[in-house]
Amino acid sequence: MPTVSMTVNGKSVSGDVSANTLLVDFLRETLGMTGTHVGCDTSQCGACVVHVEGKAAKSCTRLAVQCEGAAVTTIEGLASGGDLHPMQEAFRDNHGLQCGFCTPGMIMAGVDLANRRGNKLDEDTIRNELDGNICRCTGYHNIVKAIAAGAAAMDK
Amino acid sequence: MTETGIGAPVRRTEDKRFITGKGRYTDDINVPHQTYASFVLSPHAHATINGIDTKAAEAAPGIVAVFTGKDVAEAGIGGLICGWMIHNKDGSEMASGAHPALANDKVRYVGDHVAMVIGETLEQARAGAELIEVDYGVLDANVETGKAKDKSAPQIHDAAPGNAVYEWAIGDEAAVDAAFEAADHVTSLDIVNNRLVPNAMEPRAAIGDFDAGTGDFTLHTTSQNPHVARLILSAFIGLAPENKLRVIAPDVGGGFGSKIFVYAEETLCVWAAGKIERPIKWTSSRADAFLNDAHGRDHETRAELALDKNGKMLGLRVKTVANLGAYLSTFSSSVPTYLYATLLSGQYNLPAIFCEVDAVYTNTAPVDAYRGAGRPEACYVIERIVETAARELNLDPVELRRRNFVAEFPHETPVIMTYDIGDFGASLDKALDLADYDGFGKRKAASEANGKLRGIGFSTYIEACGIAPSAAVGSLGAGVGLWESAEIRVNPTGNVEVLTGSHSHGQGHETTFAQFTADRLGIPMDQVSIVHGDTDKVQFGMGTYGSRSGAVGMSAMSNAIDKVIAKATKLAAHLMEASEGDIVFENGSFSVKGTDKSLAFGEVSLAAYVAHNMPEGMEPGLKEGAFFDPANFTFPAGCHICEVEIDPETGTTEIANWVAVDDFGTIINPMIVEGQVHGGIAQGVGQALVEGAVYDKESGQLLTGSFMDYCMPRADNLPSFKLGFTETVCPSNPVGVKGCGEAGAIASPAAVMNAVTDALGVKDVPMPASPATVWQAIQSSTKQAAE
Amino acid sequence: MYEFDYHRASSVADAAGALGKADDGSLIAGGQTLLPTMKMRLASPSDLVDIGFLEELKGISVEGGGVKIGAATTHAEVAGSSDVASNIPALAALAGGIGDPHVRHMGTIGGSVANNDPAADYPAACLALGATINTDKRSIAADDFFTGLFETALQEGEIITSVTFPGADKAAYMKFANPASRYAMVGVFVAQTGDGVRVAVTGAGEDGVFRVADMESALGGDFSSGAISGVSVSSDGLASDIHAGSEYRAHLIGVMARRAVDAANG
Repeated sequence: MPTVSMTVNGKSVSGDVSANTLLVDFLRETLGMTGTHVGCDTSQCGACVVHVEGKAAKSCTRLAVQCEGAAVTTIEGLASGGDLHPMQEAFRDNHGLQCGFCTPGMIMAGVDLANRRGNKLDEDTIRNELDGNICRCTGYHNIVKAIAAGAAAMDK
Repeated sequence: MTETGIGAPVRRTEDKRFITGKGRYTDDINVPHQTYASFVLSPHAHATINGIDTKAAEAAPGIVAVFTGKDVAEAGIGGLICGWMIHNKDGSEMASGAHPALANDKVRYVGDHVAMVIGETLEQARAGAELIEVDYGVLDANVETGKAKDKSAPQIHDAAPGNAVYEWAIGDEAAVDAAFEAADHVTSLDIVNNRLVPNAMEPRAAIGDFDAGTGDFTLHTTSQNPHVARLILSAFIGLAPENKLRVIAPDVGGGFGSKIFVYAEETLCVWAAGKIERPIKWTSSRADAFLNDAHGRDHETRAELALDKNGKMLGLRVKTVANLGAYLSTFSSSVPTYLYATLLSGQYNLPAIFCEVDAVYTNTAPVDAYRGAGRPEACYVIERIVETAARELNLDPVELRRRNFVAEFPHETPVIMTYDIGDFGASLDKALDLADYDGFGKRKAASEANGKLRGIGFSTYIEACGIAPSAAVGSLGAGVGLWESAEIRVNPTGNVEVLTGSHSHGQGHETTFAQFTADRLGIPMDQVSIVHGDTDKVQFGMGTYGSRSGAVGMSAMSNAIDKVIAKATKLAAHLMEASEGDIVFENGSFSVKGTDKSLAFGEVSLAAYVAHNMPEGMEPGLKEGAFFDPANFTFPAGCHICEVEIDPETGTTEIANWVAVDDFGTIINPMIVEGQVHGGIAQGVGQALVEGAVYDKESGQLLTGSFMDYCMPRADNLPSFKLGFTETVCPSNPVGVKGCGEAGAIASPAAVMNAVTDALGVKDVPMPASPATVWQAIQSSTKQAAE
Repeated sequence: MYEFDYHRASSVADAAGALGKADDGSLIAGGQTLLPTMKMRLASPSDLVDIGFLEELKGISVEGGGVKIGAATTHAEVAGSSDVASNIPALAALAGGIGDPHVRHMGTIGGSVANNDPAADYPAACLALGATINTDKRSIAADDFFTGLFETALQEGEIITSVTFPGADKAAYMKFANPASRYAMVGVFVAQTGDGVRVAVTGAGEDGVFRVADMESALGGDFSSGAISGVSVSSDGLASDIHAGSEYRAHLIGVMARRAVDAANG
């Protein structure tokens, strides 16, 4: 069984996993970090989105062994110390979540969107860029608001 | 109103854990020594099982146990049940075929459970399941709703000849016939309410555990109603007595109805855990969820509306065929009957209604309650036919509605409901204003100039929720009462635990209930904790569905709070040596009228537990419970207006504008209520424009078995919504709330389809109005116009 | 997912060697199509040879008026490349519309072209721009490369190293996405070059990407959407499924082609 080592949320971690272990299973089962979720089998729902080398990726569509040596950030690593990340804060402040299941992926996607497209995001941009994340609860209305507010707050 | 008082948009308490990845959903839980279950699912829609060879699987690495239907039957484990008896028109009981947790001699839909394979690892369990050889005798499949009862249709259950579950009716047929004879105009409409897959984002999961020392079972499961699940698993399926079975529903990632029901998987995880004396974990894949989570809707309906020459409605005749799938799911039978036909009067003064419903078995997944459950189907019928009638009569659809609105309350409809209160004109007026109805003509012209078609559609909906009076639902066939319980535990230091039988799976109860309780007790919100979802902690509860947690659950809380205040008032009077009548409880403080004497809530609670100085006969402690059984359903109502723009070249429909004005009675947290409306609208728009479960008519294979083929609404399918509220306080419960969870999903499909048909100038377009479907409708109407 | 052995290749030659030794090996780079297929247990390679980290397969260079894109270059890198944007903006736009942002961060052009999914976007660009697919053994013209549904001219063990796209005077891609999967239900890439006009269609053909000769000749004379408004596409050989019948797809080819021409004309 290969040993996989990577940096998760700034900490070096390693584990013995079979080659067919997905990154999301490595996070959830090997490391016990269950904030990253699995909502589908076809790489569409985005509940599993994490950042690999600073870019949003679907951890259900990445092998753990492909992340050997990589820096991975998950929802658990977004807040620094006791301070929430501005995107997390914005999701709470704008009621951008209900059941919370898609939320980790949405927040990670929102941060990535702000990283790529800047801090001033209009509604159309946000809606178009969210095609890799599905939410069944919110109708997206407040997620769109939250991402706009979170991106703006990331500028500060 | 304080910052956290009733009516304030308080930010949610539960969010902290969800936004930091600290939520605890069933699949996040692992139990020491656990095994994993994988199920062998039928690849055929309809087949006999001639034999199952489990030898290779049993010998495979890491396989702990293999169970088939024979094992379950031999253990005397009962089948899955339907808890609502519907009677046929002739008074006889509905037909109900057995639903074994693992199929015995026959499979009846693609996905039917055939065997359970338990492995040391999930991969081993899956590999083992692939080694099970089932000898199937494939039979013809019976898939189509409207043809299920055809003479040539394959017979699915011996217990249901002709695949008929029931033939039910409500209303006065003779009165309706008379109304049609007197009518100046009759509008008729054939419509289909498409089958939907709920797709809560968290797939279902279960962990069954057995303590061989005590004989106690524990089930962690994704349930909207853990107590009901326990009752069914215990009393009906016979797994263990209630006192030996603990059901825990931790954080649950959305339900929308699909997690009300008791399914084969959790049943088997509990049962098999007892057999192997080890915990068993099962988590659904999305593919399995498509096959096995109970689907929603699936009606075919012919409706006729009789009107006089002034547009006054005289009568409504409805005939519906409802597809209940291969087995009767937990509450399936009630959905196309009492949750549907009783709402066909809509917001209108309709003197006569007659509705017949034929429920049928087919070789498809079971169909049960899905957000709105019956009421979206009713709203779709009445709101589509009213809009169609207005067009035929050349009347403004707004005007036709106004002429027929119920204006006096209480109002008894011809389909057994008594609307207690409402103001339908008020929500319509406000919606028209927000939607700038007067400016629609201009916007339509602007769209036309861009080569686009613009349409507007209305849905003035009413629903019955907060279900409901136990005696009433009992008389209609429900196997359970639909009250709710609450317990207020005041700790010696004055903080409070609220135990509720309601269950939150996204609705924000931890916030709303704490907000309500804190407001009533005059204590800070962070001193109130909400406890739910565990049968060992909360004594009993009926759970969360049917928009009932506010109207029924919070009402139970309200009554329990009243009892707490009553006892504390008595104690405070004793402590301050005043008469009880002189005590005023305000802002968390008991004071004696006309004096400066007062005691804080926490001081009184401490005194209750110290118990050194109690009034004569008063027990120590401060803990009160209440069971609330409502006097009536509640009737949220309102008006949704949808404006669409259609690209006639591609058939693409875009929602250009959405206005929703709802009357939910008293609102505790408007932020949360708005969120519920947003989500409901999105599901209704999903039904109208993009979603639809499709089975192959010949093979019975589910063609929309993943997100690749079943279209879930994405952010770019939806606009931002404009919301407004009107308020008539609900008289049927002490809180004044009506419920808000389903309204959006109930109102919206009709609004969308009224707008689409308006834009296209056609009578009907089937849902979902996908680009291909709309384009086809345009081709047909162009062709028709040319002929 | 079935078990397999994983090899992270150190070079293209190393990858070819590892692939040669495997019973039933498969290359992986981004894995955005392969991994979902393996998760559904629809593919079970004995070995995965990862070429996604090979620097020699990454990067974009300008060649003539066109671009050469390394096989392991991600869709996001192509979409964000100023070289692609300034030379063939239509190609950058196409890459920016593949899948979703997360998929674009991982998925690669080499993987997309090698897989030749009938609803993938890149094959349309390759065919319309007259791209050349370069492998560790040879160079193959796009016209000869896409041979059918999920079929290409690649031989066993042959590894795509880069794709060369000649520049175009005018080009645009218009996609009508499948509402559910967001793959192309019909995608039309039009390109006008010194050699004439090419119109390539993805998503619609039963056998994968194809060219529309009637449109090409009409646009050759007059590169305007009006020139093809009368050109109808036969529904014969077009895909038909629950999302779109073949007639609707045929119709959409016309609509998307006209819109692409208008976009190309700016």
